[in-house]
Amino acid sequence: MDVNAFLDGFVLVTEPQNLLYCLIGVLIGMLIGVLPGLGPAATIAILLPITYGIDPVSAIIMLAGIYYGAQYGGTITSVLLRLPGEASSVVTVFDGFALAKQGKAGTALGIAAIGSFVGATISIVGLTLLAPIVAEVALDFGPPEYAALALLGVLLVATIGSGNMLKALIAATLGLLLATVGRDTFSGAGRYTFSSLELADGIDFVIIAMGLFGVGEILYNLEARHGKVHVPAAVANIWPSRKDLRQSSGAIGRGSVIGFFLGVLPGGGAVLASLAAYAAEKRRAKNPERFGRGAIEGVAAPESANNAAATSSFIPLLTLGIPANATMGMLFGALLILGITPGPQLVEERPDVFWGVINSMYIGNIMLLILSIPLVGLFVRILRIRPAILAPITALITILGVYTINNSVFDIFVMIVFGLVGYLMKKSGFEPGPLVLAFVLGSLVEASARRSMLIFDGDPTGFVTRPISGALIAILVVVALLPLIKKLRRLRTSVATEATPTKEEEKTR
Amino acid sequence: MSDQRDDRAATGTDPGEPDILAELEAEIARELAEERPPAGGPAYQVVGALVALALGLGGAILAYGYGLGSLREPGPGLWPFIVSVVLVGLSVALLIVGRHLTDSEAFTRSSLQPAVGLLTFVGLGALMPLIGFEIPSVLLCAIWLRFLGGESWRSTAVISVATTAAFYILFIILLRTPLPHLF
Repeated sequence: MDVNAFLDGFVLVTEPQNLLYCLIGVLIGMLIGVLPGLGPAATIAILLPITYGIDPVSAIIMLAGIYYGAQYGGTITSVLLRLPGEASSVVTVFDGFALAKQGKAGTALGIAAIGSFVGATISIVGLTLLAPIVAEVALDFGPPEYAALALLGVLLVATIGSGNMLKALIAATLGLLLATVGRDTFSGAGRYTFSSLELADGIDFVIIAMGLFGVGEILYNLEARHGKVHVPAAVANIWPSRKDLRQSSGAIGRGSVIGFFLGVLPGGGAVLASLAAYAAEKRRAKNPERFGRGAIEGVAAPESANNAAATSSFIPLLTLGIPANATMGMLFGALLILGITPGPQLVEERPDVFWGVINSMYIGNIMLLILSIPLVGLFVRILRIRPAILAPITALITILGVYTINNSVFDIFVMIVFGLVGYLMKKSGFEPGPLVLAFVLGSLVEASARRSMLIFDGDPTGFVTRPISGALIAILVVVALLPLIKKLRRLRTSVATEATPTKEEEKTR
Repeated sequence: MSDQRDDRAATGTDPGEPDILAELEAEIARELAEERPPAGGPAYQVVGALVALALGLGGAILAYGYGLGSLREPGPGLWPFIVSVVLVGLSVALLIVGRHLTDSEAFTRSSLQPAVGLLTFVGLGALMPLIGFEIPSVLLCAIWLRFLGGESWRSTAVISVATTAAFYILFIILLRTPLPHLF
């Protein structure tokens, strides 16, 4: 590891301007985490146009802050309202709300904040040590490896994400297809442009993301909202006692480690990590029946895990240029817009961006710890803002923002069309996440695959005979076939025991 | 990977312990379901799959026209053709096995709200180049607050004007973007 570059990164982060953007980022993150509705991916999509005018390092520090800040905020609604503000806080609901009912909401929030901080910090240290090594290994990757890796990323996101797998795969395939719209970079031939000049350069990633994530979610929330005002439980005594701390320290440690490893995997990330950590705690507990009735470990483990995972999912993005989940896909797009191509060369070519982002997380998490322990009352009060007031504001930011990208009214309408598509997808059970991620990776997959075919002189077996790409293809095949095998196995066992696990499993996601 | 999937399955489905966790989970699911519209029937699933199928078929036919080339020299149409064929295959599979999925949501009376919202988006996009963004923005806010959000006239007026003023300051004065504006 280049210690000088690492230290330079700290100098950069402590510049007042970057500190300010870091604070803005984590504040927005906390805020949207507390408010059910918009998730971090949608928020980053909506705010992308505003980052155009900001220095790239500051912009990316801010956007990263939104992601990990949202993990802190999501806890608050889970504990106080039994409404997970973020998908990654769903399991926190079980024990968090049970604790709140016993008048221990403060303890739950305090432990969650400490666990979040510890989990994130352990994960940043891991990121600091591991990322440069991964980047160095990845420097040897050629087009075949990239084609296989990107395709694996798309497949994993589609299969591990929430909802029906077949539908996620369809969404991902659509994303790959949409990525081909415009002029072919190899031959210059126009594809799916329908002789439109505006489509000749392809569809802008930001506009698709703003439409599907931003407008789609705004419209969807407009319908889902029922004007119910939730009254949060009272919060007293946020500082956890020594006993609570002792009781949850093991869970925090294990949750952090589980979160770190699951975050690195493509398709993993915060949601999966929180579920796995909760399950692991329950499994090793002496009396597991405490879980669900207010076990402090049931709050500590998933909250440590989701923050650790949110942090470590930056590793594949910053070192391989492969976003591990939809939110990372948004950051990938943001970096491209700012003129930075994430990949193994990033640590050498743009150490300011690489170390700036990583080191900003150390500071961002300290800010979040301060925001979520002494200032938690402030965020509880935000829960009383009616969603009806925020809706038109987000709608306006989206429309005015998308116009300012290219000063084009055409873009507004493209975004509205994708907003309608995103809304209809949600109504019919398709998640837009895999589509956006596949769209981001689409041109990388195609270009790498075609370059590989040139290298292999038209012989596709070349993918399999190269060691790294061969191994990746093998994983690809296993991932693709696994669900079928599991289904067969489950069919056999369910006949035997008449257990019906699938329904419950669907809900936990 | 398989371990993690097992873990997740285990959170709610350990046989032999039909415990408080499962109950709580079911309770949460019920509560969330109350706030969601009823699931759309098989028709929703079939339409979804058919739309995907149509896109796949259309994509494949157009891609074929762009020229597939050969594996040695792939034409511009080869990659989109492959992707489209995969899309067709997946859509057919969904058409066969997905008829009874319950992950769709029926359109109800409250679906009119997003429809109105969408119209205001279109209206703003159409009017902005003609008369600037200020008046359409105030109108959009007013419709969303008063008719979609059920706010009082007074707070509608205050919030609409204040929001638009804030965006004027942000986009015109601070960021100096060439957003069409009247004032």
